Amino acid sequence: MADLTTTGIERQTRARTEWLLVGLGVAALVAAPFFLYPIFLMKMLCFALFAAAFNLLLGYTGLLSFGHAAFFGGAAYFTAHAVKEWGWTPEFGVLLGVLGAAALGLVIGFFAIRRQGIYFAMITLALAQMFYFFCVQAPFTKGEDGIQGVPRGHLFGFIDLSVPLNMYFFVLGGFLIGVFAVWRIVHSPFGMILKSIRENENRATSLGYSVARYKLAAFVMSATLAGLAGAMKALVFQFATLTDVTWQMSGEVILMTLLGGIGTMLGPIVGAGLVVTLQNYLATSEFPVTVITGAIFMICVLLFRRGIVGEILARLSRGEGDAR
Amino acid sequence: MKLLALASMALMTATVIPAMAQVSDEKVKIGILNDQSGVYADFGGKWSYEAALMAVEDYGGTVLDKTVEVITADHQNKPDIASNIARQWYDTEQVDAIMELTTSSVALAVQGISKEKKKINMVTGAATTELTGAQCSPYGFHWAYDTHALAVGTGGALVEQGGDTWFFLTADYAFGYSLEEQTGNFAKSKGGEILGAVRHPLATTDFSSFLLQAQASGANVIGLANAGLDTANAIKQAAEFGIVAGGQRLAALLFTLAEVHGLGLEAAQGLTLTEGFYWDRDDESREFSRRYYERTNRMPNMIQAGTYSAVTQYLKAIDKAGTDETEAVAKELHEMPVNDLFARDATVGANGRLLNDMYLMEVKAPADSEEPWDYYNVLATIPGEEAYIKPSESGCSLVSQ
Repeated sequence: MADLTTTGIERQTRARTEWLLVGLGVAALVAAPFFLYPIFLMKMLCFALFAAAFNLLLGYTGLLSFGHAAFFGGAAYFTAHAVKEWGWTPEFGVLLGVLGAAALGLVIGFFAIRRQGIYFAMITLALAQMFYFFCVQAPFTKGEDGIQGVPRGHLFGFIDLSVPLNMYFFVLGGFLIGVFAVWRIVHSPFGMILKSIRENENRATSLGYSVARYKLAAFVMSATLAGLAGAMKALVFQFATLTDVTWQMSGEVILMTLLGGIGTMLGPIVGAGLVVTLQNYLATSEFPVTVITGAIFMICVLLFRRGIVGEILARLSRGEGDAR
Repeated sequence: MKLLALASMALMTATVIPAMAQVSDEKVKIGILNDQSGVYADFGGKWSYEAALMAVEDYGGTVLDKTVEVITADHQNKPDIASNIARQWYDTEQVDAIMELTTSSVALAVQGISKEKKKINMVTGAATTELTGAQCSPYGFHWAYDTHALAVGTGGALVEQGGDTWFFLTADYAFGYSLEEQTGNFAKSKGGEILGAVRHPLATTDFSSFLLQAQASGANVIGLANAGLDTANAIKQAAEFGIVAGGQRLAALLFTLAEVHGLGLEAAQGLTLTEGFYWDRDDESREFSRRYYERTNRMPNMIQAGTYSAVTQYLKAIDKAGTDETEAVAKELHEMPVNDLFARDATVGANGRLLNDMYLMEVKAPADSEEPWDYYNVLATIPGEEAYIKPSESGCSLVSQ
């Protein structure tokens, strides 16, 4: 919303701050595995990409999907199965996961975009639950046990991904490609149309845009990128289990996006980092993890509704003499 | 800070110099990893951590004159969190063994990591036979129970107690089918008859139509091939339909003392189930359980007592091997018989399976319960060799070697 009201200069300063942050962020990510535990970082990157993909739909198109776990977990299953049972190389395994998620996105999106608001959310939830029960029953997912012991293999046949650093840079690459894709989509004419749909769907229709088609395209893109995150996660942890397709996972990604800030590029990434860190570090503490994340969520909703990054950006532009 | 510097130096030397010392990094560190805030919080939960602490204290707090430390984490039922913590424990926190590991997906994942990193893991909280089957590890051990032992106990031994016609209420997914199939096979092998089965969706709240079918079948045992909340709901609703009062027996396939306590005797009375431990079994188990009760205000179930046993046996193995080096300790764990308050003269198979006795129990009626936690009548004891898959038939590649 701020984008539409700010003047050119302010937009420039804001863009500059964003670029600066992005540059710092990438540098930090490249350096991070030398200081922090790589597996933890990889997990964070996977969830950050998942949240960024989700934000493409919620933040920029205004569609609240409650079924994104299907794409995330589905891709994890497809990749794990291809790599483990068929002996595919990791890059093709990930590709299959991504394509599978896109196909799922097409099917679920096709039905869901016909309705709006709460009905849209409910349809995505229902279809994702159908996929969950499919995963519970299908023999290839191995039910409760999950697909375990997935080999990471050799990327392009010669880079050994069982070395943590190699795996990290593979995941970082996937993450950057994914986030860049989101950025490119948002800042393209196509993205502008998505935002106009978010602001006023009827007006977009009256301008001659085929709203349904744009929504479906955005849905499939979001599903695809969520699939990329899930596929990489399956390789990082070397398993795919039911946890990733449960509705709780769909809820978690909403939480990450809301905490970080809907409709900002960095928000979901920060939100995912925060939630994953909390889950990991509170695990060894005395506190019940779910209660604490819940409390943080409540504080966030009550005190800064734009989310962490959203609030910082709003403060910054206000500080620079924004009309608001 | 000094301590930190010292610790990191110790760590560096430990990684550079191959294991010269008897005990790596001058400490034996055991990690208890399980669900402490989710649906299995009472099944094992932080109560298992308490049991592990007690095991270390009872052992004297040291082994080979080195301190034993127990740490814990809550994996929140997420294999990725569990896997992350397990790797971190092994890689950066010098944890020597990880135990408990509630839920199958977590146990299998952590066993995979332990195998890769050559560390010991001892599972008490997961049910899958895969752990000592196709996915077995030379350093992985499975204590307390598994789905096969539950099926033998409830399916086989119950027929001998007169439960010869069966009807199953099965959760509609792989776990449910395999429980139904295994239990049904044991019931049949003992001369029982399966009258029918009905499948209910996972996590349903309304069992009435399924229970009515079961009631109408006239079977004298209704087997509940489901788990957790599904079992609890089915039992509660069965009580409302007067199924047990009407002479039919309910048999839960995966249910422990902790869940019986949660449900209350009023609803659970007459239920038949199989567990690997009962606190009121003999003097030794009573003595331990009363001490446990003083600390936690609850009696241990087979998961918690099993964790106590696993920790104790691990420390004994280190003592006997004279080192905490993984290969040597694993060898002792495979060879030493287990004789403690949990298992009596039980052996460990080459696949890592502890062959402990299982007990077929019946939940008492409220009037027969003489004190708090006096919940079970022991109907039968199933010897370990009968309860578990023979190591040679487990499908574990280590056995044929």
